[in-house]
Amino acid sequence: MLRIPCPWCGPREEIEFRYGGQAHLAYPDNPGSLSDAEWADFLFMRDNPKGVWAERWMHNAGCRRWFNVVRSTVDHRISASYPMGAARPPEGDA
Amino acid sequence: MGSRRMEAGGSGVDREAPLHFTFDGVAYIGLAGDTLASALLGNGVDVVCASPILGRPRGVVSAGVEEAGAFVEVSEPWLDPIVPATAVELVDGMVAVGRPGVGVLPDDAAGASAADHRHLHVETLVVGGGISGLRAAREATGRVLLVDERHWLGGTSPASTAIDAQIAELMGREDTTLMTRATAAGIYDDGYVLVYERSEPIARLWHVRAARVVLATGAHERPIAFADNDRPGVMLASAARIYAERFGVLPGERAVVFSNGPSGLESALALHEAGVVIAAVLDVGPPSRSRVDRLRAAGVDVRTGWAASGTIGDPRLEAVHAVGPGGETEMFEADLLAVAGGWNPAVQLWRGINGGLRYDEATACFLPEGAGPPWLEITGAATGEGIDPVEPYWYTPAEDLSHHYVDLQRDSTVADVLAATGRRLRSTEHVKRETYIGTAIDQGRTSGVLTAAIVNGALGAGPGAQGPTNARPPYTPVPYSVLAGLDRGPRLLDPVRTTPIHSWHVARGAPFENVGQWKRPWYFPAAGEDLNAAVHRECLAVRTGVGIMDASTLGKIAIVGPDASVFLDRLYANRMSTLAVGSIRYGLMLGLDGMVFDDGVVMRLADDRFLVTTTTGGAARVLDHMEEWLQTEWTDLRAYCTSVTEQWSTIAMNGPRARDVLTALGTSFPVDATSFPFMTWRGGEVAGTPVRVARVSFSGELAYEINVPGWYGLSMWEAVMAAGAAHGITPYGTESMHVLRAEKGFVIVGQDTDGTVTPRDLGMSWIVRKDDSDFIGKRSLQRSYIVRPDRKQLVGLLPVEPDQLLPEGAQLVEHDTGVIPMSMVGHVTSSYTSPILGRTFALAMVDAGRARHGQTLYAPLPGGTIAVEVTAPVFYDPEGARRDG
Amino acid sequence: MTEAPDRYWRAAEPKAAYDVVIVGAGGHGLATAYYLAKNHGITDVCVVEKGWLGGGNMARNTTVIRSNYLWDESAAIYEHSLKLWEGLEEALEFDMQFSQRGVLHLVHDLGSRRSSMRLVNANLLNGIDAEWLDAQQVKEFCPIMNVSPDVRYPVIGGTLQRRGGIARHDKVAWAFATRASELGVDIVEHAEVTGFARGPEGAVTGVETSRGTIRANKVALVAAGHSSVLASMAGLRLPIQSRPLQALVSALYQPVLNCVVMSNAVHVYVSQADKGELVMGAGIDAYNSYAQRGSFHVIEHQMAAAVELFPMFAHARMLRSWGGIVDVSPDASPIIGPTGIPGLFINCGWGTGGFKATPASGWALAETIAMGEASALARPYALERFSTGALIDEHGAAGVAH
Repeated sequence: MLRIPCPWCGPREEIEFRYGGQAHLAYPDNPGSLSDAEWADFLFMRDNPKGVWAERWMHNAGCRRWFNVVRSTVDHRISASYPMGAARPPEGDA
Repeated sequence: MGSRRMEAGGSGVDREAPLHFTFDGVAYIGLAGDTLASALLGNGVDVVCASPILGRPRGVVSAGVEEAGAFVEVSEPWLDPIVPATAVELVDGMVAVGRPGVGVLPDDAAGASAADHRHLHVETLVVGGGISGLRAAREATGRVLLVDERHWLGGTSPASTAIDAQIAELMGREDTTLMTRATAAGIYDDGYVLVYERSEPIARLWHVRAARVVLATGAHERPIAFADNDRPGVMLASAARIYAERFGVLPGERAVVFSNGPSGLESALALHEAGVVIAAVLDVGPPSRSRVDRLRAAGVDVRTGWAASGTIGDPRLEAVHAVGPGGETEMFEADLLAVAGGWNPAVQLWRGINGGLRYDEATACFLPEGAGPPWLEITGAATGEGIDPVEPYWYTPAEDLSHHYVDLQRDSTVADVLAATGRRLRSTEHVKRETYIGTAIDQGRTSGVLTAAIVNGALGAGPGAQGPTNARPPYTPVPYSVLAGLDRGPRLLDPVRTTPIHSWHVARGAPFENVGQWKRPWYFPAAGEDLNAAVHRECLAVRTGVGIMDASTLGKIAIVGPDASVFLDRLYANRMSTLAVGSIRYGLMLGLDGMVFDDGVVMRLADDRFLVTTTTGGAARVLDHMEEWLQTEWTDLRAYCTSVTEQWSTIAMNGPRARDVLTALGTSFPVDATSFPFMTWRGGEVAGTPVRVARVSFSGELAYEINVPGWYGLSMWEAVMAAGAAHGITPYGTESMHVLRAEKGFVIVGQDTDGTVTPRDLGMSWIVRKDDSDFIGKRSLQRSYIVRPDRKQLVGLLPVEPDQLLPEGAQLVEHDTGVIPMSMVGHVTSSYTSPILGRTFALAMVDAGRARHGQTLYAPLPGGTIAVEVTAPVFYDPEGARRDG
Repeated sequence: MTEAPDRYWRAAEPKAAYDVVIVGAGGHGLATAYYLAKNHGITDVCVVEKGWLGGGNMARNTTVIRSNYLWDESAAIYEHSLKLWEGLEEALEFDMQFSQRGVLHLVHDLGSRRSSMRLVNANLLNGIDAEWLDAQQVKEFCPIMNVSPDVRYPVIGGTLQRRGGIARHDKVAWAFATRASELGVDIVEHAEVTGFARGPEGAVTGVETSRGTIRANKVALVAAGHSSVLASMAGLRLPIQSRPLQALVSALYQPVLNCVVMSNAVHVYVSQADKGELVMGAGIDAYNSYAQRGSFHVIEHQMAAAVELFPMFAHARMLRSWGGIVDVSPDASPIIGPTGIPGLFINCGWGTGGFKATPASGWALAETIAMGEASALARPYALERFSTGALIDEHGAAGVAH
């Protein structure tokens, strides 16, 4: 059971949250101008690192806000959580 | 109390509290504080069960969960089909039998241990109540929880006043909780630990969240393998000592001690002091001068450099074969052979959270390595502290290794391990999977390190080249009933969602359909009616009179804000910003992949206020979808979503006489067709109750959906029923609802669609806006595979024989060749008998369906093929003339 | 005890170059190597494995074998696989404890019954055995199941594939490895791929490993769980996410469960191995992970449902739980074939359902490698489908899929 630090509610149990996969994926400005392959890149292709990455969570059973988390997919340690729209903090900041 | 119970002694048993128990049909007496194992030993019961595969007699080999010999089934006062006797706390009236490692499950759940699931937050969790654990608890601050799997604290150390004092001090602390009979079963991320407490009257599965976890789990003594080392009477030396000191039981009267290292010699001294005659100490390890001297001074024959090489006895031990450093042999009469091969730190919980191990040359065992997560510490013997240096000695060499048992529960021997490496298996993981060593209830506590050493040796590598196979939770087996908890049964397994009108449906005798967590009335049978008869009557009532349906389960979301209409425009395939206040529009919601993902009607309540409906099953999904886009992408939009599914009850009146009933109820607004057109809503009062009434129709008939605050749901339903009585108002359920909408060709998302269907596939290109504004799914609709004309398209089917009912899910072919495989062109999504048409009909998704109208297709089925004509997907009132009544 | 062969696969020293290098000695990679040698006479093959052979998902799955998937493309590959399974012990001369004891998918609501009938009918017309059982027939087939209406989600019926069943996963890996090794394939364990050798036009010309560089004309990535890690070394992006998949076994009990039972609605799937342990699978954990473990509540949540479905399991004890790393793909279907990078092939994305496909996955990849382009079995599973939209959506049939 992960313990997810919601930026508004504090650390809560994993079952209170919904997972949102890779963070910082911006919807293309002009989807109509993209080729099918470029559109597929946005729609389907994803990073999937073995290590630290930024991902999204939503506090489903609490404040119901989306936010970002920096977490290792190797040992699950969470090193940062920050609001949606904010930039990922540099390594070493909590 | 038994033939082997000492006359005095036994720090953990109460001689004033005898307990009666039965084992293998024989009645015995034990003492409070006994385990079943100590009570059996105390009564001279040495053979507890047979081995699982070879059927060899086995007895108690340890005093803890590392037990690999003695397995029992307990049937009174609870049922436990298979458990080691050392882990069973003796209680009065216990009935048990020996079992060869395999349990027998009874026919039902009666007698299974129930457990309440509880949660606990602490600053420090200490796992293990031995000396190191008690010290860690004393040094901790804040809320402290200490757990130990045994029914006493102090671990395996001999009892002492010092330990008693420490326990008393801890018990006196307000924020410290001591739990015995509590096993830390597994450690998970961020200090999350599962603790199974065998408390009375009900067990507890604690979900502990600790800021700091200290593992003081100690170490397990390991055996040495030699021929026939599995004979009852052969046990771990430290265990023999525990039986004497804690339980006041002598596991034998005349013992040989086979020792590698000082700890075995200590055990020999302790057994001697307890009154066991020590026939010989076979000290194969480098000599510990002082202890050897003390033993010899006590008259014990200590043989330096000697090893046990075999045993004799049937079934229990009668003599021990020994071999000296020069190959000389001797036999010693004994009924107890206490073996001390060294110690293995108990690192299972550490490894379960990916903790590493390293081999320590000095102590010839595997120690925890690496820092582990920052909240996890290990202390005491589990780190190797206090473990004496030893030379590794794994098994007594011999020509024939086929009776040198490594894993008693798998009847696997040294020969089996060497056979596996001989077949070129090189990894301890492969050897485990070939021999099954380490896979039984003891999970390799006495066999894992030994096996790794044998494998390493066979490969010519050092004893630590590969470690034992991985350890995983649970630490010891946990009953499924305990894991299941108490949230079970028809009401607690999953929440049951009912509408405010539910009690009326129940009283009317309606059977219910599960739609997700909701209970929806399926049909309302009159006396003697089955499903078909009820549906026939209900549908005809709707088409010719008036029906009433509880539509409260449909999702309802209020969207409010200056940008509400912009927001909705982006979410739906059709525009909502052009919807007039007071009007209603049907919308299709697509996923980013262009596939239909939900549908419903949108009511405009004001410039900045909409009420969106969703399918019953899609409500949460749609709300989440909305919030995700608002919060992660369209953060500039001022639109706010609120789920109001529970807040509103919806009573749908469908049928040509619906207006008559509405009039009879009394409304605060006019209800004639001109004043209250189709796809508009009116707010005001009906029957004196505040309402919002919408003219939407899922049946194609004149229809009014009366939305009232949930508190009024039942009273409004009853008022409608009363007002409608004179008009023959007929309640109908989900089955009839399905028939009626299908007659009109209205799709049900999730039934006629399956996540791979676009608006155009449904013949609903008309709903997709033509301007160049973006909406979710737009780009995906333009992909090359998605614009193909031969995709599956929604069609109607009329069976050539009008009374043949197609099964939903039937597949369709162009030619019924009768030869498998047959190439399929589509499938039936909805199929019913239509009371108003007096025949069967269906909806289907068929390749290039719209080009096939008039064509005949076939549904080959196990009971025979049904021929069907492809039609447009609307069967009744295609012009929509009935909707105004 | 089952009889083992005299000797298992050779521990080969890697040569400097091969015709084909397969990355990953799991079930699919080993099957690929075997069929390259057996079907195509291509024996100059090296399988490199970063850990111990078969130590990834092959070592830790719940061993369900069935072919009842919905779409024609899926029917083709999974049924081909099942037919291979039926002759595999004989073909490989290896006892794998393959048991066609039947796979029962339970249905608890009308919507699922509809989609189950669609599946059964599609199976039958594709020549795959499938039948619908009502609740009473389910009870007759699996007597220990509780089909009472007095539970939260009563069983209303189920679909049965009688030819489905289980096999002993380790033996399957060792069988393919041993026979491939005998045919000349080199298997090199404890060699981790750290990068690719590249040539003109960005072609992949070999692998860099912890045991040196190995050149190859063709390299195939068959490393479930680490597909993206390897692909990213070649600059290739995939639509794959690595998620934990957990499973557990009980202590040993006398035989009580005669078939494999799966229930998407209550998230239970269970079988009983020959030795006597109940083998139970859980759903995928929500988050990306390479830790080979998941959160306990995922297992816990299914336990109440499992005990309701099989009341006698209340007395069983959970002995051991573990996790693997599965490739989750957007349509619950695999990705097989060329990657667009010359010389580089991939076989991944099998999600929770890879074990049953082991023989056909290897077969299809082998013929694809031999032909240099996607074979008929593999073609529908091209990476391109994510651009065109030609997805093969098996979420329904895959479900919690195994």
